[in-house]
Amino acid sequence: MKDKQTCLQTAVDKKAKKVNNPFVELIDRFYVLFDNKKVRYSVLAAALAVLLYLPMRTSMYFMEVMTNVWFHVVVCLGLNIIVGFAGLLSLGYAAFFAVGAYTTGILILHYGVSFWLTLPVSVLMAIIAGLAIGGPTLKLRSDYLAIVTLGFGEITRLAARNLDITGRATGLVGIERPTLFGMAMVKINHFYYAFLVLAVLAIFISYRLQDSRLGRAWKCIREDEDAAEAMGINVVAARLLAFIIGSVFGALAGSFMAIKMTAISPESFLFTQSVMILLAVVLGGMGKIPGVVLGALAVVVFPEVFRGIGKYRMLIFGAVLLVLMIYRPQGLWPERHT
Amino acid sequence: MILEVKDLTLRFGGLTAVNKVSFGIEEGSIESLIGPNGAGKTSLFNCLTGFYRAQEGDILFEGKSIMRLKPHKITTLGMARTFQNLRLFKNLTVMENVMSGMHCRTSAGVAGAILRPPSQKAEEKRIRDVAMECMDFVGILDKKDRLAKNLPYGDQRRVEWARALATQPKLLLLDEPAAGLNYDEKMQLIELIRRIRDERKITVFLIEHDMGLVMKVSEKIFVLDYGVKIAEGTAQEVQNNPRVIEAYLGKEEENAV
Repeated sequence: MKDKQTCLQTAVDKKAKKVNNPFVELIDRFYVLFDNKKVRYSVLAAALAVLLYLPMRTSMYFMEVMTNVWFHVVVCLGLNIIVGFAGLLSLGYAAFFAVGAYTTGILILHYGVSFWLTLPVSVLMAIIAGLAIGGPTLKLRSDYLAIVTLGFGEITRLAARNLDITGRATGLVGIERPTLFGMAMVKINHFYYAFLVLAVLAIFISYRLQDSRLGRAWKCIREDEDAAEAMGINVVAARLLAFIIGSVFGALAGSFMAIKMTAISPESFLFTQSVMILLAVVLGGMGKIPGVVLGALAVVVFPEVFRGIGKYRMLIFGAVLLVLMIYRPQGLWPERHT
Repeated sequence: MILEVKDLTLRFGGLTAVNKVSFGIEEGSIESLIGPNGAGKTSLFNCLTGFYRAQEGDILFEGKSIMRLKPHKITTLGMARTFQNLRLFKNLTVMENVMSGMHCRTSAGVAGAILRPPSQKAEEKRIRDVAMECMDFVGILDKKDRLAKNLPYGDQRRVEWARALATQPKLLLLDEPAAGLNYDEKMQLIELIRRIRDERKITVFLIEHDMGLVMKVSEKIFVLDYGVKIAEGTAQEVQNNPRVIEAYLGKEEENAV
């Protein structure tokens, strides 16, 4: 009997040791180091300084790619609020930046409104769209949302292609770029900085939301819907809020995209766009903010790096993703263990 | 009467799970609902807390009907529950689990979360204070930073009680709180139920299979069988009621050889 017990004990110990491999220990040590406020702020300040300095030294091409990364950081963090925080599956996220981009485009082109004034309208439109989609569907079990958002994505694109006000298939061309404090935003560096600011804001807001009463409510709903409801959390309202906040992120990013590109067309908002963003969120690690930033970086940079091999790059990209999902289904970003 | 149930009927298709059940729970008392397996106890509980919608009858909480309310509204009104098979937020810490109970007593929204004004900071502190106090009350304060799933079963039960207490209820519904607990833990549970009532002035209503515990702790017992209330009274009265004995042990055959 006693032998059996000691045997069992060593088995348990072995199992515990297996978890404590050096890699995990190293990561935990980094987490602890990062808990120190001084270390955290100095690392972040250094990173920001490098990012601010980058445009002075590098090529236009590199700036384009980095601007695209910041854009993806914003939309991925927006989708992360829906998918990662609230645990909802949205398959038509591109529709929300279509809402933002078209709102800004139409107001500038047809009504001559200043770009900065189109932003609040864009937010308002995102809220209305979020309410219209989320309101009826979020009362149902969450799987239905995936289907409805998929439909919404296609409807938005098809509507944009067939309405006169959205310029039909040609889209909107010649959207005027704005000025900021008397300086015209024309160079790629200007947009690099604009999107960097948006990305930093998105990261900041994501963290603030995560560590709040609302963020905790989302976590609870993700874990157990019924228990959350029994704790007095209004599950439908909390989900709707997540859906709307995510939509607003998307719409704002879309508005800025409209002035950067100066032309938008229905083909800028394809289903594959939505999937790419979802992919970045899942790849990085749903609900983990640094992971999602990493995921956004990966989906933009990877195809660029392998541009040389032409159309095969997507094949390799797919294979890499497959391998990653088999060996790291929880996403790239490591979990904290302590 | 803090809770009054009038002719409550719940049907699942052709099956009547709860059949014209009426009873009332006195404020400040400890009362229990017992009955054989499948008698409809948990279904009745789910009606009271809004998870099932009964077809007929009425449920009054502090004199107001809660029949058509959603579960989160009922919790906000002051009726908390625990689940038969633990429903903890497994991947959250004990602290986060208990803090969730305070959700319905606080109000910070999106703007509060992003801008963190002083009112939001004060509210966060209040949430933490209440959570700490509730964990201390049930005796798991030392495990507050552990993940709920990593705790032994008995402690997970305690987390669930602390979480329910954190909603600051007037009436606490416990669905089989003693299930899976050993003798010592059951004794501690009896003491805890009494302390919840005496120190926190919370009315307690429990479903239980463990007769010993029910008889010891409850001031009044309701017996349910096949969805019908067949008896109510003190432990003594219920124990001697022939219909209750029949429901639990079966009928004695008159012409037995």
